[in-house]
Amino acid sequence: MSTLTPAGPRSSVPAPSTPTTGSRRRGKSRMDPTRNNTAAGIAAWLLALLFAVPVLWMILTSFHSEIDAATNPPSIAADLNLDAYKEFFGATSGVSPWPSLINSATASIFSTVLVLLLAIPAAYALSIRPVKKWTDVLFFFLSTKMMPVVAAVLPLYLFAKTAGALDNIWFLVLMYTSMNLPIAVWMMRSFLAEVPVEMLEAAQIDGATLLLTLRKVIAPVAMPGIAATALICFIFSWNELLLARVLTGVVAGTAPVFLTGFVSGQGLFIAKVCAAAVVISLPVLFAGFAAQDKLVQGLSLGAVK
Amino acid sequence: MTTATARVSRHGSSTAKPSKNTRARERAVSWARRAPLLPALIFLIVVTQLPFVVTLIISFMNWNSLSPDTTGFAGFENYIQVVTDPYMLQAILTTIVETVSVVLVSLVLGLGLALLLDKKFIGRGLARTLLIAPFLIVPVAAALIWKHAILNPVYGLINGSLTWIWSLFGSDNPPQPDLLSSAPLMAIIVSLVWQWTPFMMLILLAGLQSRPMDTVEAAQMDGATPWAIFRHLTLPHLRQYLELGGLLGAIYIVQNFDATFVITSGGLGTANLPYAIYETFYYANEYGLASAAGVVVVIGTIIVATFALRTVFSLFKKEAAR
Repeated sequence: MSTLTPAGPRSSVPAPSTPTTGSRRRGKSRMDPTRNNTAAGIAAWLLALLFAVPVLWMILTSFHSEIDAATNPPSIAADLNLDAYKEFFGATSGVSPWPSLINSATASIFSTVLVLLLAIPAAYALSIRPVKKWTDVLFFFLSTKMMPVVAAVLPLYLFAKTAGALDNIWFLVLMYTSMNLPIAVWMMRSFLAEVPVEMLEAAQIDGATLLLTLRKVIAPVAMPGIAATALICFIFSWNELLLARVLTGVVAGTAPVFLTGFVSGQGLFIAKVCAAAVVISLPVLFAGFAAQDKLVQGLSLGAVK
Repeated sequence: MTTATARVSRHGSSTAKPSKNTRARERAVSWARRAPLLPALIFLIVVTQLPFVVTLIISFMNWNSLSPDTTGFAGFENYIQVVTDPYMLQAILTTIVETVSVVLVSLVLGLGLALLLDKKFIGRGLARTLLIAPFLIVPVAAALIWKHAILNPVYGLINGSLTWIWSLFGSDNPPQPDLLSSAPLMAIIVSLVWQWTPFMMLILLAGLQSRPMDTVEAAQMDGATPWAIFRHLTLPHLRQYLELGGLLGAIYIVQNFDATFVITSGGLGTANLPYAIYETFYYANEYGLASAAGVVVVIGTIIVATFALRTVFSLFKKEAAR
């Protein structure tokens, strides 16, 4: 598995050769710990399984009937069926989760597009053609991310109420854009910084226009980074509860909001809850595994590669 | 297009005598550089900084939307209430206990897992994928699963497994703990540790894999024990990654709302500050008090964030200095 880049450039020992920025990978010299590997492997696998048990249990239970889901000791080998999923999609209650899922998709996709539209030019002005004091600007972006949402949510709520934007999915789109913008600027900057200076200079000497440079020089290098940034922004928007809970209601409620009101407390519902959790987590699981390589870089705001 | 020509003109102007004309052109150049930055910057200031200023103003006001007649300036009254009101004090304490314990436990677990995953073994990629999975469950869904499918005292997986294990030994009297009512904060902490350990593991694993291997190999050649290598080479190298993971984790976990909302609805002393603030303005309509509590959270976060920024900055400088 070579999913993690050996972060050569940041090791305290300077890379032996290559002052050219083109190839920054150092040789993959790894310690060769032949000892204890079997033991470490077994321990790692046991712990990995232990951590995965709640997820696996959630998936298994979602295919059980409600009666099999509520037994003590658990019925691991019970018959599998799709009843819980049918229930989640409103087979008997008639309440469909689709509006909330569509709201979540709208909020996540449109806010991600907006974030990219704002963050890519900003990152360009912070890396490829940096403004003066660009580090200060970069850290200003980061500092806004450190302010808890809860400290700004009341004014936003009051504003939405006055402006008639309560329970409006497009207001939530704007909120999610601001929530993800600092992360996206940081990530994108670190991806754009990977574009070799020589290539930019060569393009300039050849008289390439800005558009051509963007398309032929910058885009090929930055594309995987842009994709990963988009996926991570999508995940954060999809997961968000507090803002959605305060700013939306019946019409614009997102999937997490739907999920919090889903448990009625009457009768058996464990299988149904598991099915709901599976359905709502699927987009995040897909996006997360697709962005696996760049996940660390995104979550650490570009500080760790 | 303008920026491309601007660069050329800057090169030209460096040799020319500074005149009024070139100065104006230089100003145009720097504005051309700034232009792509401005939309993002302005948007962010309007949507995040302005509301906080409003919060700051409301925090000094007596404002309950249910009794509009009493609205007015309140001075530090709200702040005094935040630090004297038992509910708010409990929320501050809960926030600290929750954040510190989740960060520390998930850091230690994450470090152990990262050290294991740094070695080569069969199926390492798959094990890593399994370990990331908890982080990729929607937080609300994760909290629901922990509450109903795992910690439920009657049907939960933990008590069910205890019954099963005890029955293997012929006992029909297994322990049936009820964490949700006997130690509800612990239940929240456990579910958060489960979600955040993968995050710590990923950061620490990236740190481990950026170790300069030549020194480790040299130490091995000189006959250093694995413990000595860990203690004197690995741990010092990991220090800033531990700091980064801990501080970023703290910033995210201080803001935890979902787990509290779903697992306990803030009951039994488990309301942390974000949840208490939510209740104060959303249900009690005490806008002034909620805002003051919000400002307190920001002050706390600024203290943590100053350290976080410093750590990010030192990693950042290393990268920039390459």
